[in-house]
Amino acid sequence: MTREPPISTVTSPPRLYRAPEHRMAAGVAAGIADHLGISVLRVRVAFMVLLGLSGLGLLLYAAFWAVVPLRPGDTAVPPRRDVAQLLPFVGIGLGVLLIQVMVFDSVGAAGTAGWLVAIIAVGAGVIWHQSAPERRRQWGEAMPVPWLGAVVEESDRRAFVLRFIGGGVLVAVGIIGVAAVYSPAQNFDAVINGVIFALVGLAGVGVVAAPVLWRTYSQLRSEREGRIREQERAELAAMVHDQVLHTLALIQRNAGDVKTVQRLARGQERSLRNWLYKPTASPSERFAAALEQAAAEVEDTFAISVETVVVGDRETDEKVGALVAAAREALVNAARHADVQTVSLYAEVEPDQVSVFVRDRGKGFDPDTVEDHRHGVSGSIIGRMKRHGGRAEIRSGPGEGTEVRLILPISRDSSAAERNR
Amino acid sequence: MAEQPTEHLDPAEARPERLRVFLVDDHAMFRAGVRAELGAHVEVVGEASTVAEAITRIASVGPDVVLLDVHMPDGGGRAVLEAMRRTHPQVKFLALSVSDAAEDVIGLIRAGARGYVTKTISPDELAAAIRRVADGDAVFSPRLAGFVLDAFAARPDAPVADPELDQLTNREREVLRLLARGYAYKEIAKELFISIKTVETHVSNVLRKLQMSNRYELSRWAADRRLV
Repeated sequence: MTREPPISTVTSPPRLYRAPEHRMAAGVAAGIADHLGISVLRVRVAFMVLLGLSGLGLLLYAAFWAVVPLRPGDTAVPPRRDVAQLLPFVGIGLGVLLIQVMVFDSVGAAGTAGWLVAIIAVGAGVIWHQSAPERRRQWGEAMPVPWLGAVVEESDRRAFVLRFIGGGVLVAVGIIGVAAVYSPAQNFDAVINGVIFALVGLAGVGVVAAPVLWRTYSQLRSEREGRIREQERAELAAMVHDQVLHTLALIQRNAGDVKTVQRLARGQERSLRNWLYKPTASPSERFAAALEQAAAEVEDTFAISVETVVVGDRETDEKVGALVAAAREALVNAARHADVQTVSLYAEVEPDQVSVFVRDRGKGFDPDTVEDHRHGVSGSIIGRMKRHGGRAEIRSGPGEGTEVRLILPISRDSSAAERNR
Repeated sequence: MAEQPTEHLDPAEARPERLRVFLVDDHAMFRAGVRAELGAHVEVVGEASTVAEAITRIASVGPDVVLLDVHMPDGGGRAVLEAMRRTHPQVKFLALSVSDAAEDVIGLIRAGARGYVTKTISPDELAAAIRRVADGDAVFSPRLAGFVLDAFAARPDAPVADPELDQLTNREREVLRLLARGYAYKEIAKELFISIKTVETHVSNVLRKLQMSNRYELSRWAADRRLV
């Protein structure tokens, strides 16, 4: 054979770059020439001569193109390709092919050797290619052709599958081709054998590549899990910092003021509970969220605790909004006048009505003796409920505490739509 | 969350011996606090901080009531309940947790706890709850009543395999509603014109139904609430 093809440079430590300056096609030959310190012309002629070995030259050129990066720093100014100079080399290549056909009469031992070397070269290239993930990523960015980058880069699963299938098809087609070339065309068994050998070859590649692929995959997975954990931790830390630590600081500063401490602790407890257990809903859209927000406001304003129990939920509309407002007023009254620490708030959404009960165990009063100028009860609760088609009852007696019952009938249609939502 | 207050104490207070109470909680500070607060009302006969320790010590001490934390390493209060329930049916369990999330509350009740209170409860109310549980009664907080109503109201039209077991009667719902509204047992009795004993029976029935509901019902309930 003419000369050793420069395969060894592929497996050596990669200081090999494609040269962008005086390239004809992709700068492979120029890069190799620079690397080996020989003239470009000799490398090109070598490629052309190798073309005679069943196209090994072309195969090698493509392999180098795929795995060898463009010299970094030069990519900004891609120089023109010297297309005219390609012609003589194409001529040489054709001549070599012609001579080969004439001398050997057909592809023979030389062709087989060429294919073997080509397969070894590609295999070595694959192994070397797998060995340095971060370098590979750089090539992906430096790739002149985008799809080539997508093929070489391990970006996602889809790319992997694509690459796997594409590679498999290539190998199979190649081996079928070999079988078809070497055996007479009428022998169909040879093709079958070729396919089987192709599968065996694929399995071999799989065995070689699997550990590396698996390592890469598990690395990626653990990296992602770590990132998610880190994110959750950061979110928790931010919440603790924003709320819990500030509340604790305020409590330390107000240690003497029992009421303030209680209010701070209660507010903090509520927000922590919401954060831990409750799905968030917008108070402007859902009845339960609106009612809970009203209760929270009263808790914070009057430093009492409102024991909120809401059964069922629905969307808010004008009437439901009025019900929430009336409930809030009832809570405020209880907080202001009943002289208690705890008020119960119970709401239930039923198919045909929404009811809210506000109950305290405080002083209570005689409803008959309430003076007319007190608008809290008559205007904000009873009147408001009446205006929106509902009703309000107040049961109270001195020493028995107070219960405000708010009932709002809702039409069957809207409630059915709500339940079928 | 405040429990039903203390109007129902008299029979328990008349008991000559003090109730023997066991604490299971993985926070030593909290155990010390409960022990100090409850010392005047009951006798704290032991403490445990892990599930395994709780199982062995409860078996050897034999308390009347176990105060059980929900969230602990190695399975929490539920693991203790499931381990003890068969072998020591006479021991009553009262869950005492900082969490009032629906899945925690209902899960413990289904595992066999006789009641569920949160850690913000006042010492007097906790002592009352312990007595009620020791007397075989159920302790329902308004919030727990709300959860139960919510669970049974979630699918009003769904076919029920065993109505006897799975459906709450109207009266039981009525009682639960009043409980959720913050009424005490005595007030419920007055409101519904029944005796306190009847109220207690209704509440205990609800508790029994919760515990005995079949697995299918439980998983459906959890799925409805998006708990699983």
